[in-house]
Amino acid sequence: MTSIAIIDYGMGNLRSVAKALEHVAPQARVIVTQNRQDILQAGRVVFPGQGSIRDCMRELAHWNLVAVVRDAALGKPFLGLCLGPQALLEFSEENDGVAGLGVLPGRVIRFSDPRDPASGERLKVPHMGWNQVRQAGDHPLWRGIPQDSRFYFVHSYYPRPADETLVVGWTRYGFEFASAIARDNIFAVQFHPEKSAQAGLRLLANFAAWNP
Amino acid sequence: MGLAKRIIPCLDVDRGRVVKGVKFVEIRDAGDPVEIARRYDEQGADEITFLDITASSDDRETMVHVVEQVASEVFIPLTVGGGIRALDDVRRMLNAGADKVSINTAAIARPEFVREAAERFGNQCIVVAIDAKAVHQPGESPRWEIFTHGGRRPTGIDAVEWARRMNAYGAGEILLTSMDRDGTKRGFDLELTRAISEATTIPIIASGGVGTLDHLADGILLGKADAVLAASIFHFAEYTIEQAKRHMRARGIEVRL
Repeated sequence: MTSIAIIDYGMGNLRSVAKALEHVAPQARVIVTQNRQDILQAGRVVFPGQGSIRDCMRELAHWNLVAVVRDAALGKPFLGLCLGPQALLEFSEENDGVAGLGVLPGRVIRFSDPRDPASGERLKVPHMGWNQVRQAGDHPLWRGIPQDSRFYFVHSYYPRPADETLVVGWTRYGFEFASAIARDNIFAVQFHPEKSAQAGLRLLANFAAWNP
Repeated sequence: MGLAKRIIPCLDVDRGRVVKGVKFVEIRDAGDPVEIARRYDEQGADEITFLDITASSDDRETMVHVVEQVASEVFIPLTVGGGIRALDDVRRMLNAGADKVSINTAAIARPEFVREAAERFGNQCIVVAIDAKAVHQPGESPRWEIFTHGGRRPTGIDAVEWARRMNAYGAGEILLTSMDRDGTKRGFDLELTRAISEATTIPIIASGGVGTLDHLADGILLGKADAVLAASIFHFAEYTIEQAKRHMRARGIEVRL
């Protein structure tokens, strides 16, 4: 039986993530945990996150999870959600500059006065609601999800990986930003698959079955 | 192509039951929040908002269970309003599976509460609900004031100023209801909606007065809202959410279909 550990470091509500995974992978054992052993032994790891990056990094350190998360990101199927992909990068502009885990090369940038390229109209921040993801390449986690499907986003900062070959999904909000990044066993999305109806559930099901 | 404008059905819940009679065809239990939420999800609702109108605080725990049940079966964003007065109320609802809470009276009583809640839980989950009424005389430049207690009690607070302040305090979104239009089916107060949308940098949900599908589209195109919220036109099965979205798309609005 496969087990999926959702890393709980006190950042936001993880119940929805757990419920959605249980829904799509009834055979899996889904645990919400801050226990190092649980995370090290799990077959798969989900790294969620909400709120500010400063609090996120502080709580990871507080729970003594920095090394565990880095190890998991190097070894087993690893899914980053929302703040997850941001924390994996090297540096974020948020909170006057915060160092990330540095698992992937790149930075996190604030949406600064985004404009609709056609009308010139000011776009709202946070970027909130259902936007399209243009899949780049045919990653196994996109399987069965139509190109340009909509997912639910809510964020004011976006990931900018140093290496564009890491980008597996692009989303347009005034300009195109990386809404999904991947490397080896890591897949990380800026949106919330657990809140994205059928497309999101399919992505989670694909993750539960993924053997990179 | 890009971000879609959202349609949000709103359900009033009293002691765990949906009230104001939802009339879907072939629904087994019209008072069951889980079944109704599931139905709206199938129709393509972009989010669902629950307004807890339970009078007694003893019965408020019921809403937590409602949210838990809905969140186990419906995988779109859920917002809960009504009775959110302290950080502990926010935490309980988020832990139950809500994605956002909407704060109304408590923000007026103590605006710092919004700042504290946004700092603790993140801007993305704090919606400030504003109930406004026009107070200008004919011929004067438009002015709206915040009202509480279902539109009966004036506060003297200017609605546009208040929206700007809540934006600065860290609200992630504003749910704007025109108390002049609520329940009238005459359409949103478009002037109010536009004034608030242009005065702020965060998304605005227009509410109050929807009677036709054109009203929804007007809220977006003329009111400059980012999302539209409605209750009765969906509850009484006058229109499905899918019909509403097709209509909006026909008027050039980007929607999730």
